[in-house]
Amino acid sequence: MLNSLLRAIEKLGLSKNEIVMVSGIGCSSRISGYVDFHTLHTIHGRALAFATGVKLSRPELNLIVPMGDGDALAIGGNHFIHAARRNIDITAIVMNNRIYGMTGGQYSPLSGYGTLATTAPYTNIDQDFDVVELSIASGASFVARTTTYHVQQMADIIRKAILHKGFSVVEILSQCPTYFGRKNKAGNAVDMLESYKTNTTSIGSKAKKENPELIERGIFAQKEIPEYCNEYNKIIKKAMKGHS
Amino acid sequence: MGKPKLKEHIINREWCKGCGICVHFCPKNVLELDEEEKVFAHQKENCICCRLCEFRCPDLAIEVVCEEKTARGK
Repeated sequence: MLNSLLRAIEKLGLSKNEIVMVSGIGCSSRISGYVDFHTLHTIHGRALAFATGVKLSRPELNLIVPMGDGDALAIGGNHFIHAARRNIDITAIVMNNRIYGMTGGQYSPLSGYGTLATTAPYTNIDQDFDVVELSIASGASFVARTTTYHVQQMADIIRKAILHKGFSVVEILSQCPTYFGRKNKAGNAVDMLESYKTNTTSIGSKAKKENPELIERGIFAQKEIPEYCNEYNKIIKKAMKGHS
Repeated sequence: MGKPKLKEHIINREWCKGCGICVHFCPKNVLELDEEEKVFAHQKENCICCRLCEFRCPDLAIEVVCEEKTARGK
């Protein structure tokens, strides 16, 4: 993920000073410590709230918020849907490994029915979210999904998500061989990447019609709707009318 | 623009954790893990500079350096 993100940023020609990476808590959130941008390593689930503050005060900066599935959709679930609803210009990247890896393999809202986790030794009975459908329903104006196997597509989608003016969600199916893989007999990192190759397909492909079980990859939504910081500025101007 | 030719694979042994993703997905079986579970290019003459190993490495531990050959082969 980091690899594709860096290639996307390099292709965009952004300087390090134009990027702010805000993360919360989790294996994935450690990513902000590996890069030389402006970074904020914040509290669990609240990365988008901090990022909203940064973006409103410095709207010229590019905000990138990498999150795990639990960080984004359980602890930070409300921040996620409301940031999407407001359509604030932030790029939210959800690294979906379907488990809480850092804390020892507890099931997450993306684990899915019938999976195994340290806190679901007799299988998980919770249904999972569909990140793409949830994001679209919440109002995100750019929504895409890819996997860690499809690295060229990932770099391309992240580049487009950063360029998009509005709230962008990129779901990236990511391997956690240590917990999800081991608990669910999904094999090692290589086997998990192979599964992304065989279990996914492009949006609307012939393969999807033949096998509805396949997970679709690509850009699901991309629309131009009023962006939050722009609208906020208009309100400030309106309120300040007649005052200097 | 001709076919790119391999110059070298730069491998950061400290960052390589031996996950084997690059080894498995190399279309020309150029890479292998050594006895310390670190990647090395054991058949570098077969490398086609697709750089998929470099793009898929979760730890940015491998870089493929290529030189562009011109159409005239110079």
